[in-house]
This record gives sequence, structure tokens and C-alpha cells, in this order.
Amino acid sequence: MKKHLFAFCFMLLAFYSTFAQDANGVEMATELRSSGKIYVVVAVLAVIFAGLAFYLFSIDNRLKKIEKLQK
Amino acid sequence: MNKSWWKILAVVLVLFSIIGGFLFHVPAKPILNESIRNIHFHVPMWFAMIIMLAVSFVYSIKYLSKGKENDDLMAVESANVGIIFGILGLVTGMVWANFTWGEPWSNDPKQNSSAIALLIYMAYLVLRNSMEEEQKRGKISSVYNVFAFPIMVVLLFILPRMTDSLHPGNGGNPGFNTKDMAPELRPIFYPACLGWILISAWITTLRYRIRKQENFLS
Repeated sequence: MKKHLFAFCFMLLAFYSTFAQDANGVEMATELRSSGKIYVVVAVLAVIFAGLAFYLFSIDNRLKKIEKLQK
Repeated sequence: MNKSWWKILAVVLVLFSIIGGFLFHVPAKPILNESIRNIHFHVPMWFAMIIMLAVSFVYSIKYLSKGKENDDLMAVESANVGIIFGILGLVTGMVWANFTWGEPWSNDPKQNSSAIALLIYMAYLVLRNSMEEEQKRGKISSVYNVFAFPIMVVLLFILPRMTDSLHPGNGGNPGFNTKDMAPELRPIFYPACLGWILISAWITTLRYRIRKQENFLS
């Protein structure tokens, strides 16, 4: 578990660095970014994916139990 | 070491690609604008599909040479998962194309040929399900699968290069394509691809194990 925590912290640190958008006339979603609302979207997506991953793990575990029963 | 380390790695990589894909700096390009970030989500679907279909190809050859039924089951399940990821790739591509190319389906050579490749693989499933007897079913569908894979490779990687395509990296020699993707995208793009490949492999093993249980019960 410690290892996962470490990996997660590393990821959080990693995206702290670069942020400036060089707007050479190309329209980017700079406002969404500067207002910080993008974090809300990212958080929601991360939660959804983490939830689905947990679900996959639980299916895996149930299958393991069935395989044990079969033996 | 825990046997499921690669499943954890898969989750961590995809989670990283979701966070990094939205927050890291991306080059500002016309036409693409902010949607350039889709590259971290749309393209890995195809990577996962190709790897799963390659797995299916290998297991079909294995089945034909050794005749073990489990190899046939693995071939079917990896093809199943490959097709799912292919459909996801096609649909996400259409959503993206609607924004960048103006319409969901512009008869781009790569779009057309990937649709044909998917149909070929769906025919594999139909063919396999149409036979009752196990050995016959295994053999005929494996032979079909062994032929389907190279056709898929030709459809996706060779034919689109012969003409102009809206997809980047087509209509030219792939040996000189180091400028195709901005270098700042790569640190997220490659982990995303690996992550999704591992996720698809995970789902494949789950389905394979379920099918083995079904086989045991019947």
C-alpha cells in the first residue's frame, strides 16, 4: 500500500511544474485552466476511473474464489 | 512479489495519463486546439486493440500446432476484448473528427479500413459461434483468425499510407516521422498506451478465466 501512495504522490508532484500556455493566436481553453475549474473535471474523471479499477479488482477476487472452489 | 503487480501498474499508468493528459502543457496547434489532448485517450484504444488481436493471433497458431482447447479459448477472448477496444477507438475517433474534420465520418482511408478490419473480426466471432462441434469450431476459426490478423495489419498500416489521409503520419515514409508528435506529449502518451494495453490484457484474462469455468461446468 505504501508503494501506491508513493506513486500517487509522485504523480501529484509531476504535474505541478509546467503550466504556461504560449498563445500564438491559437485558441486554447486557457480560461478554464486559469480559473482552476479544470481540476474539478480531472478529479471527477480520476474518481470514475479509480472506481472502475476497484470494481475490476473485486471481479478478479470473486473469480479467484470460484477457481478455488472448483479445485 | 505480488502476482497482480501489473494490474496495479495498469491502473496507476492510466490514472497518470488522465491527470497528466488534462493538466500537462500541450503545444497550441490550429484545428486541434485543446482537443490535442485526445491523443492520450483515443490512440491508446487502438494500441490495446492491436496488441489484443496479436495475442489472439499467437494463441490461434498455438492452438493449431498443439491442439489444446484452452489456447482456443484465449484466442477468442482476446479477440473479443480487441474488438471492444476497436469499437471504442472508432467511436472516440468519430467524436474527435466531428470537431476537427467537420464531420464524424469523412471516408478517410484510415477510418474506412479500420471499420473493415473490425467487420472482419466480427465475422470471426460469427463464424466461431456458428459451429457446434468443438474441434471443428476451434480449427476453422483459428485458421480464419490467422489470416485475419495480417489483413488487419495491411488495412491499418499499409493501405492508408498509399494515399493521403487526414490522420497524421500517413501518406509517407514512417521512417522519417520523428516530427509527427510533439515531444512534450510523449511522457504521457507512452504511459497511457502501456496502461491501456495492460488494462485490456487484464480484462482478457478475466474473461478467459470465466470461460474456463463455464467450460468446466458444462
